[in-house]
Formats: sequence, C-alpha cells, structure tokens
Amino acid sequence: MRSAAQLALVTLTLAAGVGEATSAGLQDFAAVERGRYLAAAADCGSCHTVPGSDHPMSGGRPIETPFGVLVAPNITPDRDTGIGAWSDGEFDAAVRKGIRRDSSRLYPAMPFPYFARMTQEDVKDIRAYLSTVEPVHNPVTVNKLPFPLNQRMAMTVWDRLYFTPGEFMGQPDKSKQWNRGAYLVEGPGHCGACHTPKTVLGGDKSDKKLQGYTLQGWVAPDITSVQGPLADWSADDLAQYLKTGHNRFAAAAGLMGEVVELSTSKLSDDDTKAMAAYLKDVSGPKPAADSSADAHVMAAGGAIYQDLCSACHKSDGSGVPSLIPNLAKAATVNTGDPTTVLRVILQGAQSVATDKEPTGPAMPAFGWQLNDAQVAAVATYVRNHWGKAPPVSEDAARKERMALDARTN
Amino acid sequence: MARKLPRKDVVIIGLGWTGSIMAYELADAGLDVIAIERGPWRNTATDYPPGYAADELRYRIRHELFLSPSQTTFTFRNKMTEAALPIRTWGAFMPPNGVGGGGVHWNAETWRFLPSDFVLKTHLTERYGASFLPEDMTIQDWGVTYDELEPHYDRFEYLCGTSGQAGNIKGKIMEGGNPFEGPRSRAYPNPPQDQPFGHTLFGKAARDLGYKPFPQPSGNMSRPYQNPLGVRLGPCTYCGFCEWFGCGNYSKASPQTTILPTLVRKPNFTARDNSEVTRINVDGSGKRAIGVTFVDATGDEWEQPADLVVLSAYTIFNVQLLLLSGIGKSYDPAANTGVIGRNFTHQTISDVVSFFDPTKFVFNPFIASGAIGMCIDEFNGDNFDHGPHGFVGGGYMGHVQTNGRPIETTPVPPGTPLWGAAWKKAVKENYQSAIKPGTGIHGSMYSYRDVYLDLDPTYKDRFNRPLVRITMDFHDNEIKQNKFLTDKFAEIFQAMGAKQVHKEYRKAPYDITKYQTTHLCGGAIMGTDPGTSALNRYLQSWDVPNLFVLGASAFPQNAGYNPTGTVAALAYWAADAIRSKYLKNPGQLINA
Repeated sequence: MRSAAQLALVTLTLAAGVGEATSAGLQDFAAVERGRYLAAAADCGSCHTVPGSDHPMSGGRPIETPFGVLVAPNITPDRDTGIGAWSDGEFDAAVRKGIRRDSSRLYPAMPFPYFARMTQEDVKDIRAYLSTVEPVHNPVTVNKLPFPLNQRMAMTVWDRLYFTPGEFMGQPDKSKQWNRGAYLVEGPGHCGACHTPKTVLGGDKSDKKLQGYTLQGWVAPDITSVQGPLADWSADDLAQYLKTGHNRFAAAAGLMGEVVELSTSKLSDDDTKAMAAYLKDVSGPKPAADSSADAHVMAAGGAIYQDLCSACHKSDGSGVPSLIPNLAKAATVNTGDPTTVLRVILQGAQSVATDKEPTGPAMPAFGWQLNDAQVAAVATYVRNHWGKAPPVSEDAARKERMALDARTN
Repeated sequence: MARKLPRKDVVIIGLGWTGSIMAYELADAGLDVIAIERGPWRNTATDYPPGYAADELRYRIRHELFLSPSQTTFTFRNKMTEAALPIRTWGAFMPPNGVGGGGVHWNAETWRFLPSDFVLKTHLTERYGASFLPEDMTIQDWGVTYDELEPHYDRFEYLCGTSGQAGNIKGKIMEGGNPFEGPRSRAYPNPPQDQPFGHTLFGKAARDLGYKPFPQPSGNMSRPYQNPLGVRLGPCTYCGFCEWFGCGNYSKASPQTTILPTLVRKPNFTARDNSEVTRINVDGSGKRAIGVTFVDATGDEWEQPADLVVLSAYTIFNVQLLLLSGIGKSYDPAANTGVIGRNFTHQTISDVVSFFDPTKFVFNPFIASGAIGMCIDEFNGDNFDHGPHGFVGGGYMGHVQTNGRPIETTPVPPGTPLWGAAWKKAVKENYQSAIKPGTGIHGSMYSYRDVYLDLDPTYKDRFNRPLVRITMDFHDNEIKQNKFLTDKFAEIFQAMGAKQVHKEYRKAPYDITKYQTTHLCGGAIMGTDPGTSALNRYLQSWDVPNLFVLGASAFPQNAGYNPTGTVAALAYWAADAIRSKYLKNPGQLINA
C-alpha cells in the first residue's frame, strides 16, 4: 500500500501543474500490475478494444444502447487522440464521476455509476496500467446519438436522478470475503450495468438490483441467487462459471461469454469466490407464478426437442456438466424473457473457451430448419417442461428472427 | 513467382491427427508453428451439427467430407505391365480432406498393434524359417518396439478418452479384455461402450466356441470425459452415423474434440486452411529442407520458410510430396532399389452376412457407434500357429455392426432381386434380423516387391504435377489368409443360430472400386537401413534430417488392426524424439 504522504505529494504535484499526467504510480511495477488486474476486473477492454484488434484500448467499438450508438473512445496513452495528456485527476473524474475533461458529462454507457464505488487508489492503478499500453493514434467520434440525446447537457439531469457518488462502504457485520465480493460486483465488475433493470431513461431501477434486464439482443438474467433462477446454483457453481465460463448447469455465450473471456476468467479464484459469496446473499423477487402452456404446443415442442436437441442436451434436458447446458437449470432458459432462448435456437451460439475450460462447445443454428411455429414450440417446451417459464408465441419467434436478421453481430 | 512469408520454426503439412499432435507438442515446446491444410477448417456446430449430421446421402453416398477427385486423384493398375488409369470416384479407400483429416470421419476403432507386429520379419523368420515367407514378400521390422511405443499409445488413448476393457495390464491378463494385446501400463480411460443385443449374442457364441471375446476399443465416449489437455467430450448417443460422418455432439474423438481447442489458444500456433503444399523446398546440397511452397485458395503461390518441416498428410500425399520434391531415392521395383514408394500396402477385409429368424431375433441395428461390437483376436498377427496353414498374417474379427442406415445397410439373402417388390419385401423381412458387420474380418496386408507407388507418366494434377500411380494386387498369401479367417468368422454366426450365413470372401484381383478401409500404408517407411527405408526409427528422413514424415506411410507393412492408434503413437514418439533429442542437437538422430 502506498503511504498517505506519497498520495499527498502526488496531489500537490498535480495541483502545481507540473509533470502533467505523470505520477509516482505510473512507473511503479506493483501499481501497474494491480492496474492490469483491475482493468480486467472492470472489463475495460470489452468496450475500448475492437474484438480481434491488435491495438488494445484504442477505442472504436460501437456500443449499442436503447437510445442509439455510442463509440468507445481511445484510452491508450496517445496524447492527441487518447488519454496521454490527461492528469490522474482528470482520469479519476471521468471514471468515477462521469465528468469529461471539458467538464461535460459522460453517457452512462461508461458505467461510472459503478466505477464510483471504486477507491481512488484502484482507479489510479488502472491509469498506471493504461499508461503502459501501446499509444495508438486513433481519433474516435464517440457521440452518434440522435438529437436531442446527443446533447450532453441532458446528462446533468440524468446524473441527478440516477448517479449516487461515493466509494463502496464495507459492511462490518459481513465477512471480509463478502465485502470483497460486494466491492467487485458493485464496483469494477459493474454487473448491474447489464443485470439490473433499467428505467425508460436508462437508469438503474435501484430497488430491483441484479434482477435481470435484456440488452443488445441477450437476456442478462436475474442473478439474485436466493430465490431467482440461480437458486439451485451453489456459490462454487457461480464461482466456477465466472472463472471458466462453464459449470454443471450452464455455459457462457454472447455478451456474458465476452465478460468471462476478457474479465472474470482473469480474476483470482479468491475473487470469483468472493463475487459468488456476495451474489448468493443478494435476495431477489419470489419466483413468478407457474405458467402453463398449450398441450398441443408442448407435444410438438417435445417431439422437435427429442429429434434435434436431445442428442446433446439429453432426453431429460440435463446436458453434460461443463459441456452442454442443463436446460432446466440454465438461468437464461427458465426466465421471463425468452430472447436468449429464441436467439440461440435460431442462430446458435458459441460458448466461451477459457484456459480452465478450453473446449468452447457451440450450439448449432436451427433457424434455417425450423419455422417460427416450430421455434416457438421447442422454446416453449424447454422453458415450460422442466421449469415453468411462460410459453413463447409464434409471433415472438417471428419478431426475434427479424431482429436477428437486422443485427450485425 | 512465390511470395516469401516470414520464417517459422516449424511448418506442418496437413492438419489431421498427426499434424495436430505434432503441432501441439512443438508449440508446447515453445516453437513457432504453422500448419498448412489443403482443405477447409471444420467445426462441429457449423459443419456437421445434429440437424443434418445424420444425412446418409450427403456424407456416405456423396462423400462430402472427403477430398473431391476433381481436385486431385491417383491412377491405378493391378500389374506393372498394365497402363494405369485415373480414379474418378473413390472406391477402395476415402482420402480425407480438411482440418481434422480422417479423424473427423473415422469409426474411432482405436487399437494397438501386437508386440510381434513391430519385429515381424525377425519374428516370423525365427518361428517358421525364412523359406516359409513368399519370395517376393518384402516385410521388415519397424525399428521401434511395442515397449518403446507403449507410453505413446497410452497418451493417445487418454487424449481420446478411449472406451475399452484392458486385456493385459503390466503383464497381468485381465478378464474380459483382449488377452493377446501387449502389456499396457494402465486401464483404458473409460469403460467399454454398452453392447447392443446382437453384439452381445456374438460375444456369447464366441465364448462358447472357446474364444476370448472383448469389446471393441472405441474412441466414442461411453461417458462424459475431460482429457489431460482439459478438453471435454460428451457421451455417445449410439446414433449409428459415425464412420463417414462427423460427430454432431462432441462424442467421437477427433482433433476437433481433443486437441484443436487448446492448440488454437496458443499464440505461437497458426493455421492456414484451403492451402495446398506443392513442394518441400531443399537447399543446394539437397540435404536440408528450407521450407515449403503452397498455393492458397485464390491461386496465389507462397513460400513458407521454416527450420523444421513435418510432413503429415494422407499416406499417398506424403509419398507424392517426397517424390515431387526429390527427397529420397524413388523406388524401382525392377532393380529393387530406392525407397520412396516401396512397401505400399492396404488391408484384407471381408465380411459375413447372416440371416436370423425374424420372429426370434430383433437386433435394432440402428443402435450403434462407429466402434461398437465384440471382437476376437485369436486369428490376428501370429497369435496362432501358421505352420499348417501356409500363409502368414491375420486380423481381428468382430461383430462390429456400426449402423442400420437405410441406404447402405439393407442386407437381403443372396438370390434376392436387386430391386422391385421382391427386394423391398426381403429388406422389410430382414432389416431387424440380419447382421452385416461394418467391420467383420480386419486382415493384414503384407508388403510385396510389385506393390508400390510412383509418379504416373501420363496423368497430371491441376498444378501440372504428375499424379501418383498405385500398382497393387492381392497376393496368394492374403487370399489364403482371408479364406481361413472368413470361414472361422462364419462359424461364430452359425453358433449364434443364424439360419443362413453368407461369406463374402476377399478375392483377387484387388478391386479399386470396392470399399475396404481408408488404411493405405507404406510408401515412405521407417526402418533401420537407409537402403530399404525412407525414415529412421524416429520418422526422420534419412536424406533430409530436418524433415519428419508422420502417418501410416511409415508402416513397413500393415497389421490386422485399424491403424490410427499406431499412427498417433508414432506421432507422439517422433514428437518426443524431436523435443528430447533433435532440438538439443539438430541433425541426423541415427548414424546408420
């Protein structure tokens, strides 16, 4: 740990306007290493690196929001187009307060409401790490929102509604592990950015923390673990999923596959276990009342299931641990919103490959083979036969097919 | 004019089983490895998903996973006096194509050869005398022993999750396994697959006749498995669409389901698909490979320099590249000189089709995998006294019925019309109560002076390179062997209670249009004498020490088993020699 005296010195130096972006931490090996780890925990590269690019953190990846597309900026140390000329204070203000260098507001596609929970030191370490990546000259036009959303002034109001500044406050009555997990989930991990339901303005519904949301064509399921779809998952199941992308119930694909690949698989076992311990202690809503489905639809869906799905998922839906998901226990199946189920049936899915679980099995596409009624029937079957999730209509399948046709990813 | 690419430590030609094994081993040793594959990349979910993997017309009849003869082919003749003609539809064997190679569409019958197979010439000469062997038979010892290969067999079986019952663990004979197998260091990683009804009856009948039946060792999973590289396979569903097909649900061991997922994660490994190597380049001395030339899918020519070249294509293509690159002396059967092309062999396959009373036997032949069944090994290799029989060699035999597919597997009694109402009636009557093993008699084929590969004087490929010419015929030794084995095999079906048993003997001349197996062997064989072998005991070229040639092309003669286990064990053996010997002191590993 750095001493308070050192911190004070850094602050003084910055205040004096000397040395600009430099600080003691920037060349401190331990700080850089911590920063590398925290940048993974915060999944910076998921947005700021174009997938497959040889130029990490150089921006340019479009981020789809309900309001339009934002493009992630260049955060390499390039002085003209990146953040090389920024002071640590300016970096901290952007990350933890959502305030840009020109004092205007960041859009919350940058999850600063979560990063606000991080300590100043952690953010400074991330900065130290970012200073070591290759500077890339890559000007990015971030704001591609339509008027009037492209007016950043509006964010002042948004911040007042949805942004609560302030670092994470530990709960002394909880264990050290619980507090570490809470810090990671609520802070750098910004799990709620996807998993917490949003208001029409895109702010978190703070009373429904981690209870599930649908974004970018995927369901981020309810991950409150006491009563929700993860009720049967143990803390070890959760930790294994975060670390390897797979467990005895499910496989990470789509956006969560990316999160596992770039972020949670790079965390220590202690940290993924801590996140799991915390999540297992977050209560959610009672399960929705059981839904029943039309018997004819279920019969048709069951027949399609036995014909096309059972070879891998088995006749009873139980799958193969860490290879083929268990459809009765996978959180994206037995859940209110069928978006992910329909998407995966229609276009297939590539699960994540990690060092611990390198297999990366994939589900083939069936959209070429099944019509909308058949897709709806088999989706209804897998949701309602083992679980009691609501049936899926043919119209929902048709709309999902059209939505996927329109998608570029 | 070829454009030159940046140098690599290793270039691997062909990304099938052996290319994948070697790529992994050398990338794991820290070398910068590139693999160049003629065919496309293939993945389970995108290329043979369960939605259409079981399409018999597409894969079995129209050969989707194989090389297209319009891309390249071979010419064939039985005798040296004949003119060879190009093969335009695959028949006797199925040349693989694409990433995973034959490992995608194999049955996954995973055998070890007998200890005596590796010292065949010495063993047979000592037991029967040199005069017992036909004069023109050119069998040789391999230069490597079973004991040396045992750890490498073991590695492959644990890579694949082979399902089987050990017959000999460290010299202790195990009940229910193959008592003739060489000692293995430990049991198979997975128990045998469940045996369907007919296979079980066959096992019982064989036991009643005094044999020691055992379940076919199978690369189809009897249960979920995670291999030592961390890659997972799922349990086999016994769908009966295995050989000729890719497995749609991660249940059959293949490079895709065992190695490639970890290999592609290595930053020091790259692969180029749809790129055909046309030549191995050697320096002015002719004693050192400097890389390869290949043509990509757009027709552009590239040169890939490398310090070490690994040739791991299909048997005939290994031989073709050596011949076209001028590496090693071409075999001349008349003068009996040269090594490249000699000791080319295939297999001696036959079958017995038996018909049972449909009111008493319902076999459900569609419940199957590519390597399922009960086998006996009493008549393989030199497991029995050949003295009274006047031939050498043998094979395993088994009721290994791999499918009940509707186009291929509709056995009808001899004499049934080939089409029409009577045929349909016979199919219907016999479908559930007939047995037609996918693998019945799996006999050896030993090597002969006039069975070989060379370059065709007439026919050229699309790059204007000569095609390889196959000169192959059956010799009396194999025909006698097959007669003996087929008769023994038929006795077991009689004992099962068949009402009619139809023996389909293998007969001369060798027929290039009739499927046997894809187990072409030899042509670039390993051995101890550079005068009669292309490779030393480590599969290193005698002539170009920085070239290693993997695959069944190294077999001096073929044994009575499926070759993949031995092919893979040899690849691990060669990889071990490269890692532990060659890299420390690059050069010829054997002073001959």
